[in-house]
Amino acid sequence: MKNIKFTLRVSALMAVGAFLLQMGCAKKSEDGGTPAEKVSIQNQGSDTMVNLAQAWAEAYSSVDSAVSVEVSGGGSGTGVAALINGTVDIANSSRKLEEGERAKAQQNTGKEPKEYMVGYDALAIFVHKDNPLNEITLEQLAAIYSADGNVTKWSQLGVQNAGCANDEIIRISRQNNSGTYHYFREAILGKGHDFRLGSVDMNGSKDVVDLVSKTPCAIGYSGMGYATHDVKVLHVAKKAGDPYVAPSIESTLDHTYPIARPLFMYTLGEPTGHVQHYLDWIHSDAGQQIVKESGYVPLPKDGSLEHATPANE
Amino acid sequence: MFIETPLVQKKKRTEAAAKIVFMLMTILMILPLLLILAYLLYKAFPILSLDFFITNPKNGMRAGGIWAPFLGTMYLVVISLLISAPIGVLAAVYLNEYAGDNWFTRIINLAVVNLAGVPSIVHALFGLGAFVLFAGMGRSILAASLTLAIMTLPVIIASTKESLAAVPRAFREACWNVGATRWQTIRHIVLPNSISGILTGVILQVSRTAGETAPVMFTGVVFFKKISEGDIFAYNLFDQCMALSMHLFTISTQVPDVPKALPYGTAVVLLGTVLLVNALSITLRVYLRARKKW
Amino acid sequence: MANQRRLGNLSEPIIEGLIRLCGISAILFVIGIFFFVFREGSGFLFSKLNLKEFLTSIEWYPDSPSNKRYGVLALMAGTASVTVLAMMIAVPFGLGAAIFISEFCSRRARETFKIVIELLAAIPSVVWGFIGLTVMNPIIIDLFKAPIGLNVLNGGIILALMSVPIIVSIGEDALKAVPDSYREASLALGATRWQMIYRVLLPAAKNGLLAAALLGVGRGIGETIAVLMATGHAVQIPHSILDPVRTLTATIAAELGETPVRSDHYQVLFIIGILLFSITFVVNLVADLVVKGIRGK
Repeated sequence: MKNIKFTLRVSALMAVGAFLLQMGCAKKSEDGGTPAEKVSIQNQGSDTMVNLAQAWAEAYSSVDSAVSVEVSGGGSGTGVAALINGTVDIANSSRKLEEGERAKAQQNTGKEPKEYMVGYDALAIFVHKDNPLNEITLEQLAAIYSADGNVTKWSQLGVQNAGCANDEIIRISRQNNSGTYHYFREAILGKGHDFRLGSVDMNGSKDVVDLVSKTPCAIGYSGMGYATHDVKVLHVAKKAGDPYVAPSIESTLDHTYPIARPLFMYTLGEPTGHVQHYLDWIHSDAGQQIVKESGYVPLPKDGSLEHATPANE
Repeated sequence: MFIETPLVQKKKRTEAAAKIVFMLMTILMILPLLLILAYLLYKAFPILSLDFFITNPKNGMRAGGIWAPFLGTMYLVVISLLISAPIGVLAAVYLNEYAGDNWFTRIINLAVVNLAGVPSIVHALFGLGAFVLFAGMGRSILAASLTLAIMTLPVIIASTKESLAAVPRAFREACWNVGATRWQTIRHIVLPNSISGILTGVILQVSRTAGETAPVMFTGVVFFKKISEGDIFAYNLFDQCMALSMHLFTISTQVPDVPKALPYGTAVVLLGTVLLVNALSITLRVYLRARKKW
Repeated sequence: MANQRRLGNLSEPIIEGLIRLCGISAILFVIGIFFFVFREGSGFLFSKLNLKEFLTSIEWYPDSPSNKRYGVLALMAGTASVTVLAMMIAVPFGLGAAIFISEFCSRRARETFKIVIELLAAIPSVVWGFIGLTVMNPIIIDLFKAPIGLNVLNGGIILALMSVPIIVSIGEDALKAVPDSYREASLALGATRWQMIYRVLLPAAKNGLLAAALLGVGRGIGETIAVLMATGHAVQIPHSILDPVRTLTATIAAELGETPVRSDHYQVLFIIGILLFSITFVVNLVADLVVKGIRGK
């Protein structure tokens, strides 16, 4: 009996102790005056960019150890939504902010969103390794994915996909509101067109690549940085007769690859202090080198950003 | 002895067949658990080491360990426990010691059952609507812990109630007879005698909390956050944190080129933590039950 | 001593008040959950939502540039198909295991099995999802020549394994609640154990077993992360168990993070939450009433 009482007391004490410690920690950071205190930057948005954002965040911790960048993904919509709600410092978006969103953000927070272009991404189209298909046109892609398209079999594309028993094309897509999904819809299906329902909508770009690599019947799309050796990246042409081009840094920068887009970061109003330093660093050589290492396309050399080095020029 | 008629033989055969069928069903149910454990462990083996626990995810979460998510899960578990344990235990005390057998008590019991049945994603919606937005906590460890605490409350209430009910009524009567008040009786006799069941429930709550993903996704867990390695006070209440369950979700669905062993390692640590805590709860229950003198 | 007693007298009402408050907390939380989920979704529910389209259309285009449509029929079909398949596997196996454990096992074996089942119940859903994604997916493609391994079958099996423990433990409770005199009487009449189970035990424990199955259904409908990872997430009415589907819960989990707070899409996701809450509420209520039914007898 004594023993049990003792355990009860000890556990109660431990609980109270832990709680006090917690409170102590919380208090300390609230007044946040001491110089050793960590500053966090909230960075949220585009799934396409989340790995890049994460790589930046990780590398930046050795540039300025006082700053901790919190990265979350979820899609460009998330970032923009958070920006509109005023709950992030930097929103990542793989599409431009729409006028309505811009106005909403200003109305909600009283600040004008400021845009930073931080790199480019090429949308890669891929199929299973064993699929004989090597190239595809944007028109064919639209016919596969669009609500008014009519291509549902591999044989309609003129290939004999031996690994795929019933010849059916399994369309792998992204969940709506991801920037990649929006961009694909706009660039390939065309304005005002919808996806055909019944596509397998994955949560992340990595999911898409993984699933395509395991599914002989599948076709999928994601940012070029996500492609692995387990899938076959298709060469893409605008329409039949045009040259087929593989996605790469060069073909993105010289605009021969037809489906590439800029990547953006947004802040509310003119950034100051740590956020500004962070964005400046992202535009520096070191930051742009990370863009390249992560499989995206760094900004080209031009007037405003002359220290950014494009690859293999 | 009598000679078995065909009817008796047939009876015996059905009996044996029934037993085998039911046994197979049970085994088929348990076998996956063992196979899965073995497979996960086998796949994760190359990566499991002390370093895996104490280093942060590195190199775009393609290398390193699980320090930040592991610590985040610990924070969520401890804080949600600090919230739900007192409420849950007191609620069970009320239901078992104070509440009469009337419609109001039945409604409370029904509410407990329903609270346990609410889908975890609806808890997430609630956490987002109530704590993150309405209470203005923002996405934070506090908001996520509160959400988890409410979700796991029924676990604590149910197990505490059961163990309170197991304390013989004679104990209470003896106590009342020497002039103790109701609370004194509870405090000095009922609670100490039911501590084993209470602890079991609390520990079960821990294991449930550690594994949940959906309720914390929108209330306070981030994709990535770098914290200082080895510092157990690296998070504070109003920060967001990483969590093991979410980390497993992201590295298995969103991050490209992750070495195969990494998600398996994370899964094993998550599973190991949960099963270990459960095993602890079971051992404790068996041990304390064996010591009971009535 | 006197001092201490006065203190005790003073603190006692406070503590009892606290206990009463905690006692009704469960009610407060259930109401709170409904209130806050409803609050976020109600604006759209009462003004713009076309309820008929919502419940009868398969067109889920929450962010179409030209014509936004919010039909959840395909999502409900997804939830239903995965849950039904899971129950077709889990109910017979779960009840079979419950019978085996409660009727054929020695005391020691029974305790061991119950512990294993507790452990099975403790496996986090994200781990199950991970298993569906990495282990089951290629197996299903190989075994069934399925075009894609993330489908109703995958989700159904995962969900079955997840809901078996609850069915076993509630089912076992129900069998235990049947008085031993029933068993003894039928055995004394010369019935075999199987006859006793089939003719006496099952009818007597009928309600409890039904409740066990219902709680399994509740669990199946509400499961989120595991089905999100294992079912393929495709908006369509499945024609076979090898088709990928998307469930109500998975839709909320996948899309909520990305929608601006209070936008139409965001509110519709909360309305799906209300729908889920209502469905599971009814299922749990029925299960509870059914259990009360046996107690009343």
